[in-house]
Amino acid sequence: MQRKTKWIFTILIILSISLIATFLFIGLTPTGWDYALPRRGRSVAAIIIVGSAIAFSTLIFQTITNNRILTPSIIGLDSLYMLIQTALVFFFGTLGLVFFSPEANFLMSIVFMVLFALLLYALLFRGEQQNIYFLLLVGIVFGTLFGSLSTFMQVLIDPNEFQSIQNRMFASFSNINVDLLWLSIIILLLTLLYVFPYLKYLDTLALGRDHAVNLGIPYDKVIRRFLVVIAIMVSVSTALVGPIMFLGLLVVNVAREMLPTFRHSTLAIGSILVSIVALVGGTLLVERVFAFSAPLSVFINFIGGAYFIYLLLRGTKN
Amino acid sequence: MALNMLERQKSELETGDIALEVKNVSKSFDGKKVVKDVSVGVRKGSITSFIGPNGAGKSTLISMMSRLMGHDSGEVLIEGKPIKSYKSDELAKKVSILKQANNINIRLTVRELVSFGRFPHSRNRLSKADWGFVENAIDYMELRDMQDKYLDQLSGGQKQRAFIAMVLAQDTDYIILDEPLNNLDMKHSVSIMKTLRKLCDDLGKTILIVVHDINFASCYSDDIIAMKDGELAAQGHCHEIINPTTLKKIYDMDIGIEEVNCNKICVYFT
Amino acid sequence: MKIKYLVPALILLSIISLFVGVQDLSIWNIHNFTEEQWETLLISRLPRLLAIIIVGVSLSVAGLIMQQLTQNKFVSPTTAGTLDWARLGILVAIIVFAGASTMERLFVAFLFALGGTFLFMRILERIRYKNVIFVPLVGLMLGSVVNAVTTFFAYQYDLIQSLNSWMQGSFSLVLRGNFEILYIGIPLVIIAFIFANRFTVAGMGRDFSQSLGLNYKQIMNIGLLIVAVITAAVVVTIGSIPFLGLIIPNIVSIMRGDNLRNSLPHTALFGAIFLLICDILGRVLIYPYEIPIGLMVGVIGSALFLFLLLRRKSYAT
Repeated sequence: MQRKTKWIFTILIILSISLIATFLFIGLTPTGWDYALPRRGRSVAAIIIVGSAIAFSTLIFQTITNNRILTPSIIGLDSLYMLIQTALVFFFGTLGLVFFSPEANFLMSIVFMVLFALLLYALLFRGEQQNIYFLLLVGIVFGTLFGSLSTFMQVLIDPNEFQSIQNRMFASFSNINVDLLWLSIIILLLTLLYVFPYLKYLDTLALGRDHAVNLGIPYDKVIRRFLVVIAIMVSVSTALVGPIMFLGLLVVNVAREMLPTFRHSTLAIGSILVSIVALVGGTLLVERVFAFSAPLSVFINFIGGAYFIYLLLRGTKN
Repeated sequence: MALNMLERQKSELETGDIALEVKNVSKSFDGKKVVKDVSVGVRKGSITSFIGPNGAGKSTLISMMSRLMGHDSGEVLIEGKPIKSYKSDELAKKVSILKQANNINIRLTVRELVSFGRFPHSRNRLSKADWGFVENAIDYMELRDMQDKYLDQLSGGQKQRAFIAMVLAQDTDYIILDEPLNNLDMKHSVSIMKTLRKLCDDLGKTILIVVHDINFASCYSDDIIAMKDGELAAQGHCHEIINPTTLKKIYDMDIGIEEVNCNKICVYFT
Repeated sequence: MKIKYLVPALILLSIISLFVGVQDLSIWNIHNFTEEQWETLLISRLPRLLAIIIVGVSLSVAGLIMQQLTQNKFVSPTTAGTLDWARLGILVAIIVFAGASTMERLFVAFLFALGGTFLFMRILERIRYKNVIFVPLVGLMLGSVVNAVTTFFAYQYDLIQSLNSWMQGSFSLVLRGNFEILYIGIPLVIIAFIFANRFTVAGMGRDFSQSLGLNYKQIMNIGLLIVAVITAAVVVTIGSIPFLGLIIPNIVSIMRGDNLRNSLPHTALFGAIFLLICDILGRVLIYPYEIPIGLMVGVIGSALFLFLLLRRKSYAT
């Protein structure tokens, strides 16, 4: 590991720990100790889990697409999630949230999203010469379709009921359900186990298909497994806290700017740390400075989006 | 590199035996047949050049021979075994391929790129012996003074040499190169062809190249396979192909042959 | 697909469109319509028909122009973010100028749409990797960025649900007096006809058009201006209609080839016909309710677009 990398890691670790500490203990009164601290602890746990899953899945997604300006959020999973939530309220009213326990809703959303992703892959990997950009475009079109359907229902829904949908439109790290947190951790750990033997291929995959095949990587198999893993990670994150489209794009690219390496082991740790700093820092900003005037995800999307345009205009080495 | 020759288990094939073979292979894209029922064989320890007009199907054929592309029908055999029966990592120690367009999106130095050639042998942890191969390949391609430069700082020709060095570091018995002379000036074209000749003569490598300049094929290869419109137009020893009649059949133009320094040179400029 | 079939089809569908709806107007009864019935026809049905035809024609033509200028079959106001910029513009107009008139909304939306489209073209120039699929991907992601900004403001002003309802393309609120801004599309489509060949040449690149003695920049600007104005006018009056500008030119191009002079009239006519069919279906399917055109075109359009994509290999590459 280069000296510079060590320095950056040290700074990022100190930064995230101090931010987390601030977040946990700021304005904590002795009476709030029992109530507020566990609640904040859950938020921190959710941030670490979601931040890591999104950073990691975006990193591998960029590697297998050979492109630095893409993120897996665009394959339509976010829109599908919103469609599911909207449909629940549309067909069952706010009662729907009683019929469906949070766990049921959570698992159902994940299952639908993963199934959709698998269907998409299956559709596109029939032939031999698959094109991942093609997959993305089809995903986006489905996303637009889901969006049209959601909008249609949202317009018809009673404004009070719409409020409960609107809450789901924005990722939130407050009020995290403990059971869902554990479920997410278990699913993500299993996913990690599933993908572990393939991680060694990542550096070489970044050379592109032809070189990867030449160097003996069972390309199609590897890509498929990574895509499945990405779908699971994005789905779990979205179902746990809600959609944050540009988080991954932002943190992975910031990590790449800071760390001059192609090694995924380094890049992954860097991206995850940046992700945690961004989320904890962002939550603190939203809660303490902006007094909850807009959800965190809106800020992240705003900054991530602006950064994306900057990357495009700079003419990225894509 | 000589060291490795001793370590590696001896292949049962003798120099000159047919080692890489395609039988009745066809391939179409979107209903258009690009390679039509082609059967060719490549002898072990030789340089075989693939020639033919644009769109003849040369690149597609060698892509199939190197498993970058699957084939629709027919068989591709490597040392008598179907290519599909090899495991990916096993095959990567036997056959390497370099395509024409090599755009890499990540920022790598020449040395880092060349070290990827050892991936099939040691994954991401390179041993001392692996680094030996990397150093050798860098020297072979005369890249020593630019080994720490990033690829995007190099000229087209320098980049091309770096990629060839990576393939050399891979140290496979069979090396397949799709137009390796693209982007290269005369000096480096000649130097690469000489290097390939040396690899073949000294180390017994089997080399397949697609070349556009027919005179490079004539001067450096043992065998020539000529394609036209997706079909095999001619195959045989170099001297069997480089004659006005056969060339006329392949290229539809009159090509004269002159003997210069014991090399047959095709004259087609006027 | 010939003009001599398209024109009668358009006329037939127009007549059907006039006489389909909640209030019973029968064509066979036209000689003894009450005054009220005539009013319905003239104030509601006829304007609706006109609006549909103008929107269908102008959006399809706008899509075709964009595809020619970028030389990419998958670029359109939807996939280049133009639509999203226009939407942001409307929101800004409403927030900044309280009680903005339609004209003001249109103007701000137009400015945003134009700026956004220029930004997209700028980005295109910078992208080295001009893959057919990658280009619209960039546009769509750009669109999501703009949407994130729109959402931000909408959230601040608690406008998300109402924003959704304005934005959902619908002809049901078209009445005499509130859709006439769409007429702006007519001269623009005519200009597009005049410039058709030049757009094709400009699409082949700066160097190529300059060597043919064409003012590349000027043609580019005219094209983008037309697209931005049309998109803004439609979004302001009707709402967003996704994919229309994308699929119509593609279907026509599959059937007729790519010479713009040749395909422009067909694209215009077919766009109107397609939108009319969608609208009539939307009105009939869940009668007496109505499926908004945005959803109808969204569903049919995405299905068609997917179909086009999946058969892309033999066509757009």
